[in-house]
This record gives sequence, structure tokens and C-alpha cells, in this order.
Amino acid sequence: MSSRVTSGTAACPGCIAAPAEPARPVPVDVQIALSLPGIHCSACIANVERALNAHPGVQDARVNLTLKRALIKAGPEVRATDLIPVLDRAGYEAHELDPGALSATQSDKAGRDLLMRLAVAGFASMNVMLLSVSVWSGATDATRDMFHWISAAIALPAIAFSAQPFFANAWSALRVRRLNMDVPIVLAILLALVTSLWETALSGEHAYFDAALTLTFFLLAGRYLDYRTRAAARSAAEELTALEVPRAISLVDGAEREIAVAELAVGDLILVRPGGRMPADGKIVTGESELDRSLLTGETLPVFAQPGTQVSAGEVNLTGPLTIQATAVGEETSLHRMADLVAIAESGRSRYTSLADKAAKLYAPGVHILSALSFVGWYIYSGDLRTALNIAAAVLIITCPCALGLAVPAVTTAASGRLFRKGMLIKDATALERLAEVDTVVFDKTGTLTSGAPQLVNGGEHTGREIEIALALAQASAHPLAVALTRAARAEGYTPAEVENVTEIPGHGTEGQFQGQLVRLGRAEWVGATEGDYTAAWLAVGDDRPVEFRFADSLRPGAADAVAALRDAGKDVILMSGDTTNAVKALAEKLGIETWIARALPQDKAGHIQKLADQGRRVLMVGDGLNDTAALAAAHASISPASALDAARVASDIVLLGNDLSPIADACHTAVRATQRIRENFQIATIYNVIAVPLAVAGLATPLIAALAMSTSSITVSLNALRLR
Amino acid sequence: MEVLAYLIPISLLLGGVGLVAFIYTVRSNQYDDPEGDARRILSNEWDDRPKS
Repeated sequence: MSSRVTSGTAACPGCIAAPAEPARPVPVDVQIALSLPGIHCSACIANVERALNAHPGVQDARVNLTLKRALIKAGPEVRATDLIPVLDRAGYEAHELDPGALSATQSDKAGRDLLMRLAVAGFASMNVMLLSVSVWSGATDATRDMFHWISAAIALPAIAFSAQPFFANAWSALRVRRLNMDVPIVLAILLALVTSLWETALSGEHAYFDAALTLTFFLLAGRYLDYRTRAAARSAAEELTALEVPRAISLVDGAEREIAVAELAVGDLILVRPGGRMPADGKIVTGESELDRSLLTGETLPVFAQPGTQVSAGEVNLTGPLTIQATAVGEETSLHRMADLVAIAESGRSRYTSLADKAAKLYAPGVHILSALSFVGWYIYSGDLRTALNIAAAVLIITCPCALGLAVPAVTTAASGRLFRKGMLIKDATALERLAEVDTVVFDKTGTLTSGAPQLVNGGEHTGREIEIALALAQASAHPLAVALTRAARAEGYTPAEVENVTEIPGHGTEGQFQGQLVRLGRAEWVGATEGDYTAAWLAVGDDRPVEFRFADSLRPGAADAVAALRDAGKDVILMSGDTTNAVKALAEKLGIETWIARALPQDKAGHIQKLADQGRRVLMVGDGLNDTAALAAAHASISPASALDAARVASDIVLLGNDLSPIADACHTAVRATQRIRENFQIATIYNVIAVPLAVAGLATPLIAALAMSTSSITVSLNALRLR
Repeated sequence: MEVLAYLIPISLLLGGVGLVAFIYTVRSNQYDDPEGDARRILSNEWDDRPKS
């Protein structure tokens, strides 16, 4: 490739003489964002920043502890993949995030906008409250009128600015002839302002300017909390998208060119290096290797691949470079067809109505009817439009869902904050309520309960000489089994035997010469053995009978704890995997799971979840692979680890940021408590209404009573939510 | 009661100063990392001068 470039420039002698090369792109500094699920203290901030700043090319690194994230400004040569091992050595787990998706959530215009409105409403309500207190404590006549006019002068512009989100929402609902929570809110605010102005103009006794403002303030506070929770969820979904391969190496006339996956076309030749992920479906043209299909099928055993083998997007190439010819790209790939299964299953879940929606459906019409009835009743009884309007306004203000507006967001914010500190991100607003109802938990095996990295299990059965030869061969390869063998042998203190001419035969194994004999470590058929049921690498020394090194997938940290805690909480735990019966059975026995299903195809998984749902069970699915996505979407609630494939994370409600699985049981517990708090909050709000509404309807409510009822109910509800932290 | 003529504008002014200060803090990204900022004051780094 380099020779082509040189000859290209040499063909134009003028270009060499030219002082500047306009074609060369100016190196631009890059922004890198890393997710750091493990950081929690000031020492962590200092350590991470020191480690990152010491890395050559890094100009500035800043940790954000609230978002558990680091933003790095660096020279163009620095890549996130270089920085992750740096942090790993410092003892911190890190994942790459997409800075492009981040910038959308970082500046956060909508959140700031809400915060400004909240500040203005707070400022205005404080001032008006100050004036109102003087009125309540006995200001009369001209003084009272003056105070009312000043209040009006503050309240009208303040509400015109800060209540805009409610006006906009109510209008969009009314335009399509529907009612939502915002319609009674807007009606209450407007009616309070109109009657207060009217009263002030007539030197009346009661004005509700303070009520209108505090109402706006508390509701905006609820709206802001709600927004914050949702923004965190949205950014989680967006940022994690970056974990997918966005680029592919395409071969055009023998030259390598890096292009975006979106630009691939059917028939393109694509080079996939060892460790790379297939960007498209296709057929292998040249090269031999092994493929890790675990994300698609759940199988732990790598599959041998040679020219002619069909590959699917998402599979990982393990040992040798492969050239594939694309047969399907983009939306057509099996990866995306799998995502369609998800879309179908998702539509079922969106029918879930949250507690807040249920409350709003009862509340909005009820409030309007009550207020209208009191208006009509008082108009007939007294014949005075002013009295009737005043009382109708008082009813609307007092019943207005101040506490209701805070009841749900305050709890969800407290609960998701608690879960975030434990390393979980809640993506869906109703996820907590659904998680609280769960009675059955289905786990996927590979990549979820197990880390997907194999561990040597029968190291004790071999002689020292065999292990030393195997170590010498294994350390020359990047194959996961070889890496695991090297690690295990080194941990036992073995040193490699003197094996010469070690070469790796992609797709088969490694071979070399040991004391004049041919030694081979690799697949069963390659060394002349018959394959067993276990994941294994075989070692053949000369003409001796080959010996087997067996491997088992290692458990993810916290997996045993999570399963035990869930069983203690009285939930049914089921293991469902696409892997072989032996592997699944062994793991189920190890963890004490009684029900397990092996060799499940993606459709089987989703079908099985559906069957459980038909039996009236509420299923929580925990999975990471593409073969789990349909099941994740079909389940009542779902969790996936951050290492999961993009499609799986999109389909799940909660993403586990760390490696540890143990927060899952805690999440269920927190969800139950959160739902309990939401119900309590509704009850508290109702009790206040039961006391205050009769007063309002009877015409006994004064602005003082309205202010007291509103503030105390809102504050109690928020405090109740804070008990969750 | 004439004192009200001074007190009310003063109270509004003071409240307004608070509001303007708040808007300034929002605009200058001071709420981006409340938890980290609370911990950073405990660190010994940048004690002599602020990080540019």
C-alpha cells in the first residue's frame, strides 16, 4: 500500500516542490469518554486523573464522579482502547463511550431550561409568600391592596415564563381532545390568577398569587426530577451504543481501506483480523481460523472456520486473519433480523400502564367534575358569580396534583440514584414498577452468569513435563483457551519447556519441535484425538497418545451471591442457554439451580418466557447475547450487563455497569420498596385531599389553608421518597 | 409604614441578586458534577493555584 502512495506522489513532481500539502488532513485533538463504574471516592478521582494524564498524548483528563465517567482531551494518536488497559493497571474497570452521543446529552439544553424556570418560580414564590404572610397576619385596606398588587406584578410575568412547559403540554393534549395531568394544572393556575386579579381590583380579601406560584414551583420540581431520571436513562442507551464495531477494513484491489460499516455493500471483500468482530454476514474466501459464536448462540466452544464457511455479523474471529465476501450488510444481516424479533416482542410490553398513568386517568376528570360541581352548586345557592368562581378556584388549587406530581418522580429519582451507586442504570421509567412484580428470574449462561472466559479445570491430571510443553506452545497464541492455559500454568509456577520453531496454524493450534519430536497443541482432530463433550485443547507429544486439557467457563463475580439471594427472596431461578447439555447442567448444579434448559434457540428462549408469562408468572430475564434479545424484550423486566451486545442492551430495562452480578438481587429489593413508597405517596396525597377538599367545597378554604395543604403534602411526599436512599 | 417603601424594593433586590447568581452558576456548568466537586476540595492537588 505504501509503495502505491509513494509512486502516486512521485508522478506529480510539482507536488513535491509545493510548500504545503493541502490534501493532508490537519490532525485534530480527540475527545474520549470512558465509563468508570467502579469509582466512588476522592482518591479514585485523583488516581484515575493521574494515571490518564501520565499517558503520552493525553492533554487533559477530568473525572465526573456524579456520572461515573471520565472525559479526556488528547492528541489524535490516542485511542480509547489504549487508555482502558492504563486504567485497568491502576485498578479501575473502564468502558468506552461514544463522545458523539455524549455531546447530545452533555449540554443538556432542556434540563437547564427547566432548572431556570424552576429558579424563577422559586424566587417569585418566596417574594410573594413574604407579602402574603403580611396579609395573613393582619394587613388591611390600602396596605393589603398594595401587597396584592405587588404580588400580581411579580406573579404574572413569573408564571408566564416558568409555567410554559405546562401550557404547552396541556395545549397539545386539548388539541387532540384528550385530558392529561397538565390540563387541571393549567386550569388551576389560570383560574387562580384570574380570580386573584379580580379580587385585587375589587379590594377583596383573598388572593391566590402565592398558591399559583408555589404550585408551579413544586410541579416544576417534580418535572425536573423526572427529566433528570429520564435523561440519565437516555444517555445510558446512547452512550453504550459506542461499544459496537463502527468500522470495517475493506479490500479494494488488494489495498486495505478502513470504512464505516454503513458503507459496506454486498460482494465487498472484508478483512477481519484476529480478535475482530464480523461486520456483515458473509462467506469466508481465504484464511483459516476459529470463530467465537457465543454472543449469537450461547455456545462456548469456538467453531472451526475455513474457506466456504458462512459467518454472521457479530461473531468474533479468534486466531487467523480471514477475508470474507459480504452476502448481507446492514439491515439485512442476521444481527438485524434478530433485532426485528425484539421489535415484535417490545410492542407487547409497551402496553404496561404505570401507576402514575393510572392515577392521572382517575384524577384529571375527577378534579374537573368536582370543581365544576362546586361552581354550579354555589352559583345556584348564592346567585353570586364572584363567590362561585372563587370557590371553584379554591377547589382546583387545593386538589391540584402537587404531591401527585412529586409522588412518582421523587421516588424514582431516589431509587435510581441508589441503584446507580451500586452500578446499575435504569433505562425505562416504568422498569422499577415492573421489576417489583417479578417472581421468576431467568438467567442466560455464557457471558451472563459466566464471564465468557475459560478456566483450566483438570490441571492436576497432567505430568509436569506435559504442562511445560503445553505452556511453551500456548504462550505463542492469542486463542482464549491458550491464554487460559498459560495463565493457569504460570499461576502454578511452571516454566515453559524449550520448544523450538513454534508456529501457529490458524484454526487448528500451535506446533513446534521438542527434543526432536513434533509437539502439537490444538483441536482434537488435528492432533489425532476424538472430541469429547467438554471444551478442551489437546496436546500430542510425538506419537504418544494425546492428552486433554479441559476448560470450563469461569463464574462472573457475584453470580453465586445473586442466585442465592434471589432464591432466598422466594423467586424461582431458571437457567436457559444455547450451550451443550453437559455445560449447562454442570453450572446449574454448581449454583444450585434446579430448573435448567440447554440447547435453546433464540426463538425457544422467547417462547419459553412467553409460556411462563401465560402461566401468570412475571419473568425477569438476565442475558447478554443476541440470542437473548427476543427473550429480553418478551420478559416482564430485563437486565443486561454492559459487556452485552448492543441489541441486547437496547432491549433491556436495566444495564449493569460493572462486572459484578450481585446488585441484581438488591435491585429487585429496591424496586419493591420504591413501588411501596410510590403507593404510600399516593395515599399521603389522598389524605391531604380528603381533609382539604371538603373545606374548599364548603367555601371555608383561605389562601393560608391552601398554602399549608400544598406545601406540607409536597414536603412529606419528598421526605418519604428520600427514605429510600 | 413608610419603611415599607424601602423594605419591599430591598427584599426584591436581594432575591433578584440570588436569582442572578443562580443563573450564573447554571450557565457556568457548576451543577455538572456536584458529587465530584464535593470530594475534590479534600484533595491536595491544585491547592496553591486553580487548574487553568
